[in-house]
Amino acid sequence: MKFRDEYRDGAAARRLADAIAHTVTRPWTLMEVCGGQTHAIVRFGIDALLPPEITLVHGPGCPVCVTPEAYVDKAIEIADRAGVILCSFGDMLRVPGADGDLLAAKSRGADVRVVYSPLDAVAIARADPARQVVFFAVGFETTAPANAMAAVQARREGLTNFSMLVSHVLVPPAMRAVLEGPGNRVQGFLAAGHVCTIMGLAEYQPIAALYGVPIVATGFEPLDILEGVYLCIRQLEAGRAEVENQYSRAVTTAGNRAAQAVMAEVYRVIPRRWRGLGDIPDSGLGLSGAYADLDAERRFGAVVDGDDAAGECISGLVLRGERKPPECPAFGGRCTPERPLGVTMVSSEGACAAYYRYRGAA
Amino acid sequence: MSDEGTVQLAHGGGGRAMARLIAEVIRPTFDDPELARGHDGALLGIEGPIAFTTDSYVIRPLIFPGGDIGSLAVNGTINDLAMCGARPLYMSVGLILEEGLPLSLLRRVLASMRDAAAACGVRLVTGDTKVVDRGKADGMFINTAGIGAVVAPAPIGPQAVRPDDAVLISGDIGRHGVAVMAARDDLGLEMAIESDCAPLCAPILGLIEAGIGVRCLRDLTRGGLASAVVEIAETAGVSIALEEAAVPIREDVASACELLGIDPLHVANEGRFVAFVAPEDAERAVELMRAHPVSAGAAVIGRVGDAPAGRVSCRGALGVARAIDMLSGEQLPRIC
Repeated sequence: MKFRDEYRDGAAARRLADAIAHTVTRPWTLMEVCGGQTHAIVRFGIDALLPPEITLVHGPGCPVCVTPEAYVDKAIEIADRAGVILCSFGDMLRVPGADGDLLAAKSRGADVRVVYSPLDAVAIARADPARQVVFFAVGFETTAPANAMAAVQARREGLTNFSMLVSHVLVPPAMRAVLEGPGNRVQGFLAAGHVCTIMGLAEYQPIAALYGVPIVATGFEPLDILEGVYLCIRQLEAGRAEVENQYSRAVTTAGNRAAQAVMAEVYRVIPRRWRGLGDIPDSGLGLSGAYADLDAERRFGAVVDGDDAAGECISGLVLRGERKPPECPAFGGRCTPERPLGVTMVSSEGACAAYYRYRGAA
Repeated sequence: MSDEGTVQLAHGGGGRAMARLIAEVIRPTFDDPELARGHDGALLGIEGPIAFTTDSYVIRPLIFPGGDIGSLAVNGTINDLAMCGARPLYMSVGLILEEGLPLSLLRRVLASMRDAAAACGVRLVTGDTKVVDRGKADGMFINTAGIGAVVAPAPIGPQAVRPDDAVLISGDIGRHGVAVMAARDDLGLEMAIESDCAPLCAPILGLIEAGIGVRCLRDLTRGGLASAVVEIAETAGVSIALEEAAVPIREDVASACELLGIDPLHVANEGRFVAFVAPEDAERAVELMRAHPVSAGAAVIGRVGDAPAGRVSCRGALGVARAIDMLSGEQLPRIC
């Protein structure tokens, strides 16, 4: 398949793996930021092609995984109300709150609808003016612009029955939080290519300089990831810590200015609590003053941050790259996708789910 | 009874309206002497061991590219019988209709059931009709049960699978699931993918008649190739190694799966099967299957091993094997 098979070629992969093996002289630990990259690594066995000196740890880039329990609880509470339609991306439906998930709310009669685009939620609001339609807006910089467009469209049409429960998060502050964690072992990053497509590369320069880590904007196909690893290792071995662009077929230095403009119009940067990572300053997006009337928290009450019940789940350590899923004693036994203890086992982009799905229970 | 009308609650009430629906719409369409007798059940004569199966069909939309709920229900039961190594003979049809269903749509679905049955020489010999309130049945539900005469000389099933057996697939995977998802139209996918919905009895009977050492057959339905193979590995207590590059898949189906973040190995099929055959018969079995249009894309996709029991692996593009498991929960498209 065009644009796919050419990035999954076995011989080209082995050549890149050889180049990495010839470059590396000592142990390095790299973090791929995005859950999509984690899945590609585990699915294609990219880590098995790398020399033993290189350790890949998995980052916090799974939007479902880092959405705090309090927001899931709020979404369920809103969905349970009479006269409300709650619209969400499918991935969020299985995420456990303190007491059940949105699928359970749906099965007891709540009107929970899976949408594939935020504009579908606007269309539902338009078609059903007597009911309140709430869109659960989660995700990183990748989904934020499209979700912002939903707000713009609703405003343009003067819809009074549309609102958004916003739990957007930003990648660069999370990378800082990982680097400042007491157990950090990350020495270089494969940055999330799709986030860079939107935001460009400028945000990463200060991080690379301050913490002395190379940051390579990297795509999602096997050859992208191997090339990202190669560029990162080449920098580390040469003592450099720069921002580099492996994913130049999609990423430009400036990013997508139109997307950035709509984000700047609809959102403002706010502090946010992340599941597993805790409170991170300037790490989230909330609705800006001009769009505050579309805030579901205004209509249905504010989300109150609480402490997520962790139990024996180590997903916080997994999301910070301090542990790998199979290192968890519960992995594959007491914790499976059917009966998950934590959200990294639930989400299709979660690291634990990737290991379970592609490597099995043991 | 005109085509203009809709199904009413009275059509399931056991009175005149129901008698008219059966006499004017259902019985003439299926046109079988057993139905014409107007008795409580069919009286059939079958010699030797029989295979007996049932399945219920719920699908939205009722009509999709490449088929409808009627052809789906008939082919599904024909395929279950074929997988038992049986020649499908008779079928029952239970209809649960929703109040307000257009009669024209009902006629179309019944005609499609008749055609699908006739294509395999299967008779629709008994049935039942119920009507439920509007909003309670997604238009219509269908249950079919089928009886077939067993023709396989040895029992076919997971218990017969042995290490070294070859794993064959009858054609490209994932078409039905993607076609139905695209037809639901909330995805905004515009593509010309038709369901693979089809009867599989011809290639199966062909394998058996040619004396192929068929160990196990399984039609791929919900859960896709992955679920079928994992189930067999677990029941048979063997391991199975698949080669991803050997599994046929159309480019547009692969693209759609990529876009939605779903694994084609988990996507539903309605006209594909896997066959486990003795290793020495593998090549001849592929040739025999390719002689039938419905399995023209047959290929060897893997091999059975002895351990670890229940483990299915798949060697991918980079030469590294990954584990294959059944789908967990419902298939939900990802966020980004």
